[in-house]
Amino acid sequence: MSLLANTGVLLGKELKTEFRSRELLTTTIIFVIIVLVLFSFTFDPLSDEARRFGSGLLWLAFLFAASLMLQPCFLREQTNDTLSALRLSVSDPFAIFLAKLAANTLFLMVMELLLLPVFAVMYSVTVLGVLPWLVLVFFLGSLGVSIAGTALSSISAQARMRELLLPLLLLPMLTPILIASTEVTAALLDRSPYVLWKGIGFLVAFDIVFLTALWLFGEYLLEE
Amino acid sequence: MTPRVSYPAGIRFENVEKRYGGLYALRRVSLDVAPGECVVLAGRNGSGKTTLLRIAARLVGPSGGNVSYIDSSRGDKGADRVRPGFVAHATMVYDELSAEENLLLFARLQAVERPKERVAALLEEVSLTERRASLVRTFSRGMRQRVAIARALLTEPSVLLLDEPATGLDSPGIAWLTQTLCGMRDAGCTLLMSLHGASEISALATRGIRLDAGAVVGDTNAGASMSSVLGRAGE
Repeated sequence: MSLLANTGVLLGKELKTEFRSRELLTTTIIFVIIVLVLFSFTFDPLSDEARRFGSGLLWLAFLFAASLMLQPCFLREQTNDTLSALRLSVSDPFAIFLAKLAANTLFLMVMELLLLPVFAVMYSVTVLGVLPWLVLVFFLGSLGVSIAGTALSSISAQARMRELLLPLLLLPMLTPILIASTEVTAALLDRSPYVLWKGIGFLVAFDIVFLTALWLFGEYLLEE
Repeated sequence: MTPRVSYPAGIRFENVEKRYGGLYALRRVSLDVAPGECVVLAGRNGSGKTTLLRIAARLVGPSGGNVSYIDSSRGDKGADRVRPGFVAHATMVYDELSAEENLLLFARLQAVERPKERVAALLEEVSLTERRASLVRTFSRGMRQRVAIARALLTEPSVLLLDEPATGLDSPGIAWLTQTLCGMRDAGCTLLMSLHGASEISALATRGIRLDAGAVVGDTNAGASMSSVLGRAGE
């Protein structure tokens, strides 16, 4: 069975289990709302300061939410040793990663797009004019977070201090993507919005490099 | 349902070793399991039975030595297509999916032909048709084990690896499993299973192998000496 067919079947399983329990989406959305509300009290929502720091806060909240979301990604597969069943069933183990990172990217995008209007209202920023560009940045950023996070989640799930290990590995690795995403988002939320192509180029390069590395070495991450 | 095995296959372990740090789980194990053989692995807890089965399933890589499958119809050239069925200690099914969804998922991943019909037939065989839409997390241990066994049988594998398959099964369940394994063996499927002591299931065995501290310490064909290899019930 082809890689894409296996990925499609596994993605269907990931979506079914999440939309049945809604564990990840509910907890991460609530978490991000709390962060945005708390920080909104520290800024004058009409000031340029809120506009300048808003994008950084937004991506910081997304990053912490992502680490919450990525933690159970492979941990769930440990419960009944379902990862072994998947490894025995798929023709290419990359399909397991591909399905998980597609699901994680989708969940992150859903969370980000649901929270964008909340952010726009609280921090008095106009997003409608640059919405397609924001969606692109959210997608590239979320994809990068998901690729690195899914790979690290597969490593941390087999470790003893698994709850601590993922954030410890994830946050330093994602610092470049956080900086690039924040800069591009800040430029888009400026009073005179512009597209920071250098940042977008960096995000695309990060995604391609990490996806290729996962394709090449992912199989070894799944071994016991 | 009559089991079918399209191509009988055997397993060859050559000087297989497995170390976890300084601890030896397996020590230079060399075995040839012929196509169609029904082999019982016996031994105390920690003797290496599970490790040997997981290495045979290609879930764990050996630290030394080699494991290969021999496709009797094509020789070594066909070994790549041998995909063993595996029943492990853990059920290897998703609690958040129903019995039917679980089996359909693994049937589709393994490109089973007409997956819905195959899954319906297997659910009937494991007496779970009425509970097919129930989430697995609502099942008893024995019912979960039935789903686990059904998952391993989805592709009608030519090699079936079972790690204490009777775990959680009641008497009718054990009788069903014995009958199923008997059918698989008669159809030419190679069975390699770990068991604790003599039982209805061990009576199917054509060969018994005893492991101790990761090494083979006994290997016998069916007969009077089998009971000495299998040991006392519950061991």
